[in-house]
Amino acid sequence: MEKPFSRRDFLGIRDLSAEEIIGVLNTAENFREINSREIKKVPTLRGKTVINLFFENSTRTRTSFELAAKRLSADAVNISVSSSSVTKGETLVDTALNLDAMQPDCIVVRHSSAGVPHQLAKVSKAAIVNAGDGANEHPTQALLDAMTIREHKGKIEGLEVAILGDILHSRVARSNIHLLTKLGATVRIAGPKTLVPENFRHFVGSGLAVCPHVSDAIEGADVVMILRIQKERMDSAYFPTLREYSIHYGLTNERLDLAKQDAIVLHPGPMNRGIEIASEVADSSRSLILDQVKYGVAVRMAVLYLATGGG
Amino acid sequence: MKLLIKNGHLIDPAEGQNSGMDVLIDDGKVAAWIGRNETAPADAVVFDASGCVVAPGFIDLHVHLREPGQEHKETIASGCAAAVAGGFTSVCPMPNTNPINDNAAITRYMIEQAEHAGLANVFPIGAITKESDGTELAEMGEMQAAGAVAVSDDGRPVPNAGIMRRAMEYAKDFDLPVVDHCEDKSLSSGGVMHEGRVSLLLGLKGMPALAEDLDVVRDLYLAKETGGHIHIAHISTKGAVEAVRRAKADGIRVTCEVAPHHFTLTDKAVEGYDTNTKMAPPLRSEDHREALLGAIADGTIDAIATDHAPHHADEKALEYDRAPFGITGLETGVGLSFIELVHTGLIDLVRLIELFSTNPAKIFRLAGRGTLRPGSSADVTILDPTLDWTYFNADSRSKSKNSPYDGRKFHGAAVATIVGGRIVYQR
Repeated sequence: MEKPFSRRDFLGIRDLSAEEIIGVLNTAENFREINSREIKKVPTLRGKTVINLFFENSTRTRTSFELAAKRLSADAVNISVSSSSVTKGETLVDTALNLDAMQPDCIVVRHSSAGVPHQLAKVSKAAIVNAGDGANEHPTQALLDAMTIREHKGKIEGLEVAILGDILHSRVARSNIHLLTKLGATVRIAGPKTLVPENFRHFVGSGLAVCPHVSDAIEGADVVMILRIQKERMDSAYFPTLREYSIHYGLTNERLDLAKQDAIVLHPGPMNRGIEIASEVADSSRSLILDQVKYGVAVRMAVLYLATGGG
Repeated sequence: MKLLIKNGHLIDPAEGQNSGMDVLIDDGKVAAWIGRNETAPADAVVFDASGCVVAPGFIDLHVHLREPGQEHKETIASGCAAAVAGGFTSVCPMPNTNPINDNAAITRYMIEQAEHAGLANVFPIGAITKESDGTELAEMGEMQAAGAVAVSDDGRPVPNAGIMRRAMEYAKDFDLPVVDHCEDKSLSSGGVMHEGRVSLLLGLKGMPALAEDLDVVRDLYLAKETGGHIHIAHISTKGAVEAVRRAKADGIRVTCEVAPHHFTLTDKAVEGYDTNTKMAPPLRSEDHREALLGAIADGTIDAIATDHAPHHADEKALEYDRAPFGITGLETGVGLSFIELVHTGLIDLVRLIELFSTNPAKIFRLAGRGTLRPGSSADVTILDPTLDWTYFNADSRSKSKNSPYDGRKFHGAAVATIVGGRIVYQR
C-alpha cells in the first residue's frame, strides 16, 4: 500500500492537501472490503492501543471508531467524560498527560470546544485524531461523505454540492467545505442568515458560494447535504420556531426537485424528521444516510491505520 | 543622596526638550538640568547614560495586579517588579480585585502594599459602581481622597446608560476620568475571539467589532451630554478610533489608550488555539490593526497602556472557550512599541515618550509626573533604542507567564528605571 500521509496527528481537513485527502480515501477503499467479510478482522494494528476520549456524547462516532480499531485488531478503550475535566479539578492538559502516560498509540478526541485536539497534540506523545471539536472540524465525517459521493457519482471534481442549515455552528459543514473545494467541487451554502453569515464568502479561497435561499443552493445540485438543526438555536433567537424552520428551510420533495434528476441526499445524523428533512426525502432511494454510516467504519480504519504509523 | 544621570540624550516633550543634557536628582526630586559645559556637583553618584535616551518615567494606565484576592496570579510586589523591569515607574491597577476596589480601605491597602514593595508607584483606579455590578455608585470621593486617580468598572462595563450618565456627572464633581472598557455584552457574550473570517475558520465564537463601536458611541454621547472626561481603554477597532477622532474634533472630553498586542498581533495569531492569544477586547483583523497604527500616528490615540492581565498557567491550560481573558504585558510593551512604531518610522522617540509618559500623566492628572522639569518627581525611564534582546516568559518578574511573546526578539528596550531618585531596575 502506498503511504499517502506522513502526519502524526489527524486534526482537520483544513491543513491537508488534495493529494493527502485522496490518499486517505484510497486507503479507506482498501479497508472497505474487510467490513463485509464473514470474519471482520485483520491483524494490521495488533498490539496497538487506541483510546477513544469523548468529552461529548456520541453514539455513532464512538461506536464507529471502536469498531474500526477492533476490526484492525487494535486494543480500544472508551473513556466518556460526561462532566468536564475542570469540575474534577483537573486541567485539560493534565487529563491528556495522564492518558498519554499509559502509552497509547493513538487518542481519538471529541470535545465541545474547538481546538482541543490541537491543544492536546502539543503535549501528547500519542497521535491525536479529531473526532469532532466544537464548531471547528469533524474530518472523518467529511471523509465518509466524500467516500459516499465518490461511490455514487464516481468523482468529486466538478460536482455542485449544496450544504443547507446551521453552517455557523457546524463542524461537519466546515470539514466538508474544505474537503470538497480542495477536490474541485463547487459548494453552495444556504440557510437562515443568522446561521449562514455573509462572512462565509471568504471562508476558503474559491469554490464556495453563499446563496440567498435554500432553493438557490439546491437548484441543479448533484449532492444535497442537510445539517441537523438544534433546538437550542431557537432559544438564542437564531430562528423563531421549528415549524417556521421546516417550512422555509427544510428539505422537502418539492425543493429536492430543483436539484439534478440523479441528485443524492446526505445527512450527518441524527436526523430531526419533519424539521430539516421531510421523512419522504429521508426514506427515499436518493437518501444515502445509511451508506454514510457504513463507510464511516472504513474511513476510521484508514485514519487509525495512518495515525498509528501505517502511513 | 544626589544622583547625576550623565551623558544621556534628554527627551522631555512637556518641556520641548530634545538634546544632550544631564539630569541632577536630589532627595527624590529633579534638582536641575545640567548642560554638557556646566559643572555638576562633585558629591553626586553618577549614572552613565551614554548612548541612551533619558525620559520622564513611563506610566501604565491599565494593569491588573490581582492583589487583594488573587495573589496566586500576581501580587502588588511582583507586578511592580515586572513594571520596573519593563520601564514603568508608575502603574494604575484596575479595581477588579477580590474584594473589588470600590472603597477607600482597599485603595489605601493597594498603595501601602506598593510602598512596602518600594519599586513602582501605584495609582489605583476605583470602581464606578459598588462591586462593579453596574447599579449603585461607589464612593468615588472617598477613594480619590485615599489616592485613587480614576474610576472604571473595566471588564464589566456599566450596561445601563442611565447609571453611566450619572456616574459621569458625579465623577465630574471630583474631576475624575471615567475609564471605559467599551463592550456591549449583548453582542459579544460567549465570544472568545474577534468575529470575522478567522473565527469562522476556527469554529470559535466571535466578538464583533460592533460590540465595541456601539458602546464607544454611546459613551461619547454621554460625555458630550455631561461634559465629563471619558478615557476609552484599550481601543481596538476601526469604528472606535473613527468615532473618537470625530468626538475630539467636536470638542468632547475624550482620551484613549491602545494596548501593544492590538497594534502588533491580529486574529491570525489565534490559529494554533494558544490561550495566550485570548484577551478582551480580542486581537482584531489586519484592517483594525492598521486603523490603530494610523490613529497612533495622527494623535487620535493618546497613550499606550499594556492591560497587563496575569493569569496562572493552570487557568490558561484549559479549552480555548474556557480559558480566562488576558495576557501579561508590562515587560514587552516598550519593546513592542520600539519594533512596531519607532523602528518602522511610524513615530519618533518624542511621540513614543508622549504616549508612555507625558500624556498618561495628563490623562490621570498625576501632578509632577510625566515630565522631568526641575521640581518634578525623580521618576526616570532610560531607553536604549538599539539594544537587541529576547523576551522569555521564564525570565518574567511577573508571577504569571501568560504572554504570547515568549521567545520574541526585540530591538530597543528600557534599560534602567529610576523611581523617586532610586535606581530600582537596571538591565
